[in-house]
Amino acid sequence: MTYLGEIFVMAMTAIFIQNFILSRFLGLCPYLGVSKKLDSAIGMGLAVIFVMTLASAFCYLIDIFLLRRFGLEYLQTIAFILTIAALVQFVEMVIQKNAPALYKSLGVFLPLITTNCAVLGVAILNTGMLRSDGTAYNFLDSVLNGFFSGVGFTLMLLAMAGIRMRLEMVEMPKSMKGMPIALILAGTMALAFYGFMGFKI
Amino acid sequence: MNFFKELTKGIIKENPIFVIVLGMCPTLAVTTSVKNAIGMGLAATFVLLCSNIIISLIKDITPSSIRIPIYIVVIAAFVSVVNMLMEAYVPALHKSLGLFIPLIVVNCIILGRAEAFASKNNVIMSAADGIGMGLGFTLSLMVVSTIRELLGAGTWLGIKILPATYDPMLVAILAPGAFLTLGFLMAILSMVKEKKQ
Repeated sequence: MTYLGEIFVMAMTAIFIQNFILSRFLGLCPYLGVSKKLDSAIGMGLAVIFVMTLASAFCYLIDIFLLRRFGLEYLQTIAFILTIAALVQFVEMVIQKNAPALYKSLGVFLPLITTNCAVLGVAILNTGMLRSDGTAYNFLDSVLNGFFSGVGFTLMLLAMAGIRMRLEMVEMPKSMKGMPIALILAGTMALAFYGFMGFKI
Repeated sequence: MNFFKELTKGIIKENPIFVIVLGMCPTLAVTTSVKNAIGMGLAATFVLLCSNIIISLIKDITPSSIRIPIYIVVIAAFVSVVNMLMEAYVPALHKSLGLFIPLIVVNCIILGRAEAFASKNNVIMSAADGIGMGLGFTLSLMVVSTIRELLGAGTWLGIKILPATYDPMLVAILAPGAFLTLGFLMAILSMVKEKKQ
């Protein structure tokens, strides 16, 4: 398979088949918490794509050049979460200084992303992922996987926000309002996404 | 008296999953079987207890501007301990929980309790709070996983409960089943609450 073909497969897998939210259960807090309005969902989604791509790159470098070189794999969790926390803080400062307009739309979401398990999840998953020829992910693979996983996350967040905005106008039993209907909605979406797996239920 | 109040509030009144709605990722991901749920719940309880104790001990010397990174390091250290212990003593469970053990670090319940409770209260109260919240989390995971395992495999903790004629509803242990089960459970809870008022 050519490299481009491999990237295409990776993108399809990350966005549809193994979607972070619906099949891996990562990043559910923002998915359920920030999906009430479409514009805040867009802001959150873009911030997540950005941080996930950067986190994949930095955690890959830390993993190869620090942890594996000195045999410190057992410190992976601590090293990665510190990298992500520092990265988020740094990105926040850079955006605030250089792009105030962007900061206004993304700023409030950035601190929340440190504790978004999708970011730490993709960093840890990248270290264990294999390419089709059996070798470990290289730097570019990790970065792309982070990016595509972020895109998959954002797509689901937007779909959820769109549906929830319409649900506001629908009459339903009082006890179903809010979280219960959001979860049932997510379940239905997950069911639909099983179609991508060619799965028979 | 106060001690018991802190210990029991996490189980029903301030249940982390059904009432405060935190820590959804592990709740949905590891509840495919009761065994996984108990393993995850106890691992999180251990981390919660230890991090609450340490954070409460160092609360006076923690500068408030960098408290969140400090809490995260404390929590990450205990998560690494749990991760290694589980890998050594219960490798099968460690394998089936997989990614979700390191991800206890970003479980909002633990950071939430550190920020909301342990950083303001003494060690004994914080320990009680940690155990209570941990047990509440474990019990909620067990409730969700009991329903999913019964419907999806007809078993409980691996023991056959439903008669052999029962055709397992596979969807319950797959991803969509997690969302649907929790959604309906929460709807029932809020219906009960409404009736009470």
